[in-house]
Amino acid sequence: MKNPLAIIGRIILSALAELGKLSSFAFHVLSHSVRPPIYWRLIGQQMWLIGYNSLPVVGMTALFTGAALAQQIFTGGSRFNAESVVPGVVVIAIVRELGPVLGGLMVAGRVSSAMAAELGTMRVTEQIDALVTLSTDPFKYLIVPRVFAAVVTLPLLVLVANVLGVFGGFLIGTERLGLNAGSYIQVTIDFLQAVDVYSSMVKAGVFGFFIALMGSYHGYYSSGGAQGVGKATTNAVVSAFIAILITNLIITVIVFGGVNG
Amino acid sequence: MTSPMIDIQNISKSFDHKTVLSGVNLSVEKGQSLVIIGGSGSGKSVTLKCVLGLLRPDSGSILVCGEDITKIGIGNRKRVLKKIGMLFQGAALFDSIPVWENVAFGLIQGLGLKKADAKEIAIEKLRRVGLSPDVGELSPSELSGGMQKRVGLARAIASEPEIIFFDEPTTGLDPIMADVINDLIVECVQDLGATTLTITHDMASARKIADRIAMLYHGKIIWEGDKADIDRSGNDYVEQFIHGSAHGPIQMDLLKT
Ligand SMILES: Nc1ncnc2c1ncn2[C@@H]1O[C@H](COP(=O)(O)OP(=O)(O)OP(=O)(O)O)[C@@H](O)[C@H]1O
Ligand SMILES: [Mg+2]
Repeated sequence: MKNPLAIIGRIILSALAELGKLSSFAFHVLSHSVRPPIYWRLIGQQMWLIGYNSLPVVGMTALFTGAALAQQIFTGGSRFNAESVVPGVVVIAIVRELGPVLGGLMVAGRVSSAMAAELGTMRVTEQIDALVTLSTDPFKYLIVPRVFAAVVTLPLLVLVANVLGVFGGFLIGTERLGLNAGSYIQVTIDFLQAVDVYSSMVKAGVFGFFIALMGSYHGYYSSGGAQGVGKATTNAVVSAFIAILITNLIITVIVFGGVNG
Repeated sequence: MTSPMIDIQNISKSFDHKTVLSGVNLSVEKGQSLVIIGGSGSGKSVTLKCVLGLLRPDSGSILVCGEDITKIGIGNRKRVLKKIGMLFQGAALFDSIPVWENVAFGLIQGLGLKKADAKEIAIEKLRRVGLSPDVGELSPSELSGGMQKRVGLARAIASEPEIIFFDEPTTGLDPIMADVINDLIVECVQDLGATTLTITHDMASARKIADRIAMLYHGKIIWEGDKADIDRSGNDYVEQFIHGSAHGPIQMDLLKT
């Protein structure tokens, strides 16, 4: 085999080149999103596609995860006679981490792939070229509405996920574990702080940005027919997952790294 | 002497290490119809994409209405593109919107017409290419290939452009539908008095549409002349191409690809 250092070097170089291309794409999207024309109708359509269609899967994931979480905390906590921490730990875990991360990953699986497939097909069937010849900027017409819609819709979805996640914990807690409903709600409210909700929404918005960015980027630059579109779809989901997991950790460390709460 | 509408000056284009165009020179006078013929992969579509500004040639310049499309900024490019209509090889209709909106797209987005007015024009253009108004309400994916081509043609002529490009307008159609499309192209071009550039490997189509014909081979224009002269070009490559013979100077690079 070749010199392993040379291979590693080549991998790093091509990764950096890809990252540079992605950054310039992201910059392009941002600079286009503040200049007219803005296609409100398309933004609304995308919000509907992203939000409404993702609601069942996101809601179900949150509900069941919240329920399982409550059971685990109860079982773990009973060793220290600390069953009463269930509502507090559930709400913190759901709102700070699981709601946005699971919601983001679920939506990424659905939406990044769908965007990459749609834009990729438009690329290989020359529809994107056709847009240009009809004096329409593909960035403004195709990509900005998707990114804008995802950034706005994800916080709404995560809000629903948070509520349902807590509700899942509440159901198991009161119906199965014998916790008092009134005090469950009281403890939940007492534990929850404004910063938890803010950080949850910020995360959701950032994840929405990456979901649409990765879907658009891989679709827009796909080439090589049906196979190329297939590859773009997979790459979009994988890179959206990675972006979500990394930015989640970064935001968590920034917001909660310094305080004891 | 007026300057040509389209003037391609010595353009070259390579992808990675593969040279596709090496020094192409072509010009089209106002109101004229030039057809570029050439084999698959000879660079016809790439030439057209360079003229549209969708690809940037590595060297050379392309004047459209006197403006160099390879150098102008995005705003000016838009202004030039408004004078151009294009029929794509696969029609390239937008499948997320109905047929009439496809035809009206350039009118609404590019020229800023009201939707109702644009729809009226779109339906008129659909009728022009022999499609009834009900077709306008369908989705492009519900149409046959020949109908899609006609919708693509209606979209290309909707804004009454001065210049129209046709990329393989008859490929993949049966001979009768191909002839229908050829007739439509000739009629529409006459209506508008447009300047056109067509690329094709269909000789019947070329003979019908062209005023002048140019042949592209290995990245260069190897013959150019009036339509009437194509049968006495005295060029072995052109002879082989128009007779569709496997024997002659053009050897298909079957093993190299
Ligand atoms: N974006 C691209 N990237 C890399 N290579 C390309 C690209 N576009 C075209 N090519 C190459 O350029 C060559 C010419 O392609 P082009 O599409 O112009 O052929 P063509 O003459 O239109 O053929 P056909 O009649 O089959 O449509 C081909 O070998 C193709 O592989
Ligand atoms: Mg072609």
